[in-house]
Amino acid sequence: MNNLRILVAVKRVIDYAVRVRVKPDGSGVDVAHVKMSMNPFCEIAVEEAIRIRERLGADRVRDLVAVTVGPEANQETLRTALAMGMDRGIHVVVPETAAGVTGGSATPLEPLAVAQALQRVADRESAQLIVLGKQAIDDDCNQTGQLLAARLNWPQGTFASAVALDWESPQGATATVTREVDAGLETVRLRLPCVITCDLRLNTPRYATLPNIMKAKKKPIERLTLQELEVDPTPRYAWKRVSEPSQRRAGVMVSDVNELLTRLRADGCLPEN
Amino acid sequence: MWRPLLHLARRAPSAHSLNHYLVHTRLPRSSLALRRRVHSEPLAETSAWWGAPGTVYYDGASTHADSILTHEHGALDETRRALRDAVRRFAHDHVAPYAALIDASNRFPREQLWPRLGELGALGVTASPEHGGLGLGYTEHCLVMEELSRASASVGLSYGAHSNLCVQQIERHGTAEQKQAVLPRLCRGEWVGALAMSETGAGSDVLGSMRTVARRERVASATASAVSERWVLNGGKMWITNGPDADALVVYARTPELDMADKPAFTAFLVCPRALDGADAGRSGYRVAQKLHKLGMRGSNTCELLFEDVRLPASAVLGEPGRGAHVLMSGLDSERLVLSAGPLGIMQACLDVVLPYVAQRQQFGRPIGELPLMQAKLADMYATLSSSRAHTYTVALALDTAMRESGASGAARLRTYRRDCAAVILQNAERATQVALQAIQALGGNGYVDEYPAGRLLRDAKLYEIGAGTSEVRRILIGRELYETVRSS
Repeated sequence: MNNLRILVAVKRVIDYAVRVRVKPDGSGVDVAHVKMSMNPFCEIAVEEAIRIRERLGADRVRDLVAVTVGPEANQETLRTALAMGMDRGIHVVVPETAAGVTGGSATPLEPLAVAQALQRVADRESAQLIVLGKQAIDDDCNQTGQLLAARLNWPQGTFASAVALDWESPQGATATVTREVDAGLETVRLRLPCVITCDLRLNTPRYATLPNIMKAKKKPIERLTLQELEVDPTPRYAWKRVSEPSQRRAGVMVSDVNELLTRLRADGCLPEN
Repeated sequence: MWRPLLHLARRAPSAHSLNHYLVHTRLPRSSLALRRRVHSEPLAETSAWWGAPGTVYYDGASTHADSILTHEHGALDETRRALRDAVRRFAHDHVAPYAALIDASNRFPREQLWPRLGELGALGVTASPEHGGLGLGYTEHCLVMEELSRASASVGLSYGAHSNLCVQQIERHGTAEQKQAVLPRLCRGEWVGALAMSETGAGSDVLGSMRTVARRERVASATASAVSERWVLNGGKMWITNGPDADALVVYARTPELDMADKPAFTAFLVCPRALDGADAGRSGYRVAQKLHKLGMRGSNTCELLFEDVRLPASAVLGEPGRGAHVLMSGLDSERLVLSAGPLGIMQACLDVVLPYVAQRQQFGRPIGELPLMQAKLADMYATLSSSRAHTYTVALALDTAMRESGASGAARLRTYRRDCAAVILQNAERATQVALQAIQALGGNGYVDEYPAGRLLRDAKLYEIGAGTSEVRRILIGRELYETVRSS
């Protein structure tokens, strides 16, 4: 397989360094006047796609496409991806009021609908490899990549901490993905086309340099609507309430083990016996 | 004559790693909270003085007075926001952790920062893209200047001297050959640029008291027919930022042979110390004298320069011979506007330190940030920063628009903004000193010790009331210009 087209999905989220505040009515987090940036795991995904091209050569990797699903402001996120080195962008525009409130996420669309949109885009663009961040740092869903692979019926390598593409394997083009799992590291080999989601230690994303930011202005961004892609934005679940975690209570010094056990029993941490 | 200059291999752009030492910032609750960003591959920083990174007081994401300029309907469009965010992130990761070290050691972090700033593309904001610059305007330049100054005012000042005083002057007045010879290296960060105007005896009265002189000398060459001309420079310059490290300087000198009637003539020269006649043998006559030990802006190396029969080719003249005063004055207008973003960064840095501090420091049983007099201080600092920022960027945007619309006669438009450029730095500089004093006061005893940066912020801020024309000179200039508009003739 020559002429690989890689699709990278990016999400606009509250910047990781911002101190998040919950809205007083508990309906969500306060995003007004809050700094937004590309999801850090999406940055890692963009970086990996660019590195794949650097490793395999521009003649092998013909097209690097950044996709975002979200409101108008997501265009800035696409421009950042273009400034890092993607060739062109696709913006699936989601109206601000679509699908109602979503608690933590800045994108008013659930992962299932996002996966559906990405599936339609992947079909449209005949992509052979889709790279995403493992999860978004606002809602921490960790669903989109997996749902997308299922909808496309493609193999998936999630929580990737290493990715290697092999053109000449007996099975055709494959990707060898090292996954970070609870038990340690697991290595899988996937036939292309496939979906990969990126974990923290996969790479360190490059800065968008100032000249590249200026060059990115000229790169094309195609706009699509949910209707065009026949995506159903109806929410499947309702956010009931968002609240801060309970304040950490001060610890209590106990004098001996007996008092410790008494306390634990009183708090209901031990079974009565 | 220009000797072939060494071609230094260009470093390939690398994936930068990030230094993530944060104090006073609660880590987010997601899995990202455990992310540690480690140092990138080491540069040639084997110098013993470059030690461990120190405390950074802000998070590299936002500032407290961002919203007046950078919301969706604000004055800064998406591209400018992206440029600013890129520099902010870079400065947070690579400059801010070393600000205290740079100040304490009084060393200029050339190897550690200059090539990286070159890769970032920050060193030639207003130079044309064909020479390695960005071809952008004053607004973008001020944004970069502000973000770097927020991280370290010393680095900001050296950056301003390099990118505006030197690069901008060459971009505006240089010939194609001059630009080709120096701008690419200056923009890449291989070379450090400087500007030499003031002298030991020539400060506010720089034109009236200048003693450095360049005289013409005829040179008989080997072929009998051609006789070429060169200049011989004698004198000295003082208070030269980046002087000890400079590979290219814009030097102003009296050229009495070009005097017209009663008007003394000045000429600007482009001097590359390593390419001078006799430089190899150490006999060029160009000498870097002592590095100065300053109250503030330590690490932004400043020195005295001495010229003893320094021979410059005719091709070293920058702009027209005898027209140096014009080059100097218009350069000052541009310098004042861009440097006015330096105090903005310092004021922002003051807020960065003070706000988290007053939330943690407790007296009378509660955080001192709840006390009304402390909140009044915060309000004053914030309002001062916001209004100064609005002033700087209003003038910068107006000037950029005016120069773009007037095309070739852009330089003339800069002249009409002389009093605004002076007013902006006059106000910003004096306010930054006051805000830094407030920052020390807010920290109380902690503001008086070196463990906290408030003292350094004050020492750095004070410079801006002196350099680029003292506050007194700025006042005279503005008052005189305004009066001229109403004076009956």
